[in-house]
Amino acid sequence: MSTVADLVQWGLRGASPRSGRALALRLGAVLAFLALWSLASGLVVLLKLFNPIFLAGPWLVLGKLLQLGLNGELWGHVAATLGRVAVGVTTGALLALALGLLAGQLRPVRNLVEPIVEVLRPIPPLAMLPLFIVWVGIGETSKIAFITYATFFPVFLTTVHAVQRVDPLLLRAARSLGARRGRLFLRVVLPAALPEILTGIRLGVALGFFVIVISEFIGAEQGLGYLINDGRNFFLVPQMLGAAIVLGLLGYAGNALVMLLGRRWLRWERPSAS
Amino acid sequence: MSRAGGSARVQVEGVHKSFDLDGRSTPALLDVSLEIHAGELLCLLGPSGCGKSTLLNIVAGFLPPTRGRVLVGGAPVTGPGPERGVVFQEYVLFPWLTVAQNVEFGPRLMGKPAAGCREITARYLEMVGLTAHASKFPAQLSGGMKQRVAIARALANDPAIVLMDEPFGALDAQTREVMQEELSRIQRVEHKTIVFVTHSIREAVYLADRVVVMTSAPGRIKEIFTIKLPEPRDRFAPEFTQYEREITRLVKEEVMKVHE
Repeated sequence: MSTVADLVQWGLRGASPRSGRALALRLGAVLAFLALWSLASGLVVLLKLFNPIFLAGPWLVLGKLLQLGLNGELWGHVAATLGRVAVGVTTGALLALALGLLAGQLRPVRNLVEPIVEVLRPIPPLAMLPLFIVWVGIGETSKIAFITYATFFPVFLTTVHAVQRVDPLLLRAARSLGARRGRLFLRVVLPAALPEILTGIRLGVALGFFVIVISEFIGAEQGLGYLINDGRNFFLVPQMLGAAIVLGLLGYAGNALVMLLGRRWLRWERPSAS
Repeated sequence: MSRAGGSARVQVEGVHKSFDLDGRSTPALLDVSLEIHAGELLCLLGPSGCGKSTLLNIVAGFLPPTRGRVLVGGAPVTGPGPERGVVFQEYVLFPWLTVAQNVEFGPRLMGKPAAGCREITARYLEMVGLTAHASKFPAQLSGGMKQRVAIARALANDPAIVLMDEPFGALDAQTREVMQEELSRIQRVEHKTIVFVTHSIREAVYLADRVVVMTSAPGRIKEIFTIKLPEPRDRFAPEFTQYEREITRLVKEEVMKVHE
């Protein structure tokens, strides 16, 4: 890393030397996908296969997104969705962490909580959405409560598992150094369980974006889910596809954010990169 | 430097231990009584399955004895505690802590002030020759270096006794000899009471003040050798070889018994 050019290259590629090729492949795949999509929608127009309104080409979708972005409409929807996911996932994850850490550590709590979770867990969260609307109403609260509910399960289950899976030798070593109860938990159990807990949080974030769309189909005036449903009502295929793509990007960014935080906390797992 | 932990006497009094295997109670240790003097390095030697690690785990407080008791500095052992440091074969460092933070773990728990902790850590890192690696993580260390950190971590906590469960068992032969020399050198400075479990006769004769040869399952004390050799020991001295030969003969009897 001696020259500026090297630094720029390194910045573009990231730290690992093999990722240059990987990045090229990834970009290539995205471009190929866009090309295929263009080709398909172009053929529909040329060969008059069906009404081209059903399969808008990528440029139409991009144009629609640009238009929504420029007139400011898009940002309101993005902010609404992001806000709901952020609040819901945070609440769900915090609840799950608190209960999961307790249940992982204390057998009585585990025996109390686990049967209930095991009964509720196989029910697809979406099946509970109408119930949430009946209970909490159609407004903001039911959407956030619903995301909270959906996020809870993956985070709770991974947390309980992570705490129970902590290497008993680590606990022995810590006890022999004088750690007990609270400090054993804070200094050993928590850091040892953290990698798996973070995986659970990533699952939770993904599930949050998964369920928000559907809850925004019902009784929302804003949000990307609303945008998709609105597009369906008025047959605006570019708007539907555009909103879906933005959702995908947001989900990707959410995952990347948790990974970034994780990389900071889990520097010890692959310290040679630091 | 305060030596609050000093080194304590260990009394093992009529310890029995049996495990439940497939619903049957199988004895692992049979009426083991042993006194370990303060400041002595005692090796527990025997074929695998002779219960030497079980005995160590009982002294550490990880396992309760079925009968009998263990006293350390006159106080009965009821569970693991900071006055009994443990060095494991698998190193068992805290992977999320740096080398220095691992060594500091015990002193910080004790609530020692930060300056004192740093001083202790620096001293023990120097003792094991890892000063230059203080800010590395365990994942960046070789096996030998990891075990040095584990030894420094145990000693930095200033325990009254140190229990070592085949600490060099996972190391290659060369590293193993270097580590034995290091431990012998450290012991000449620290004078801790050390209980060292091994199945290597050479290792036992090189390190120990006394070697306890154990019988195979169930474990009992077969014979105790006092190694009267000057330190640092010469592995090629005729007296060294003589001890090795005598102990080998005893251990072989036990190994043969297992195969009968």
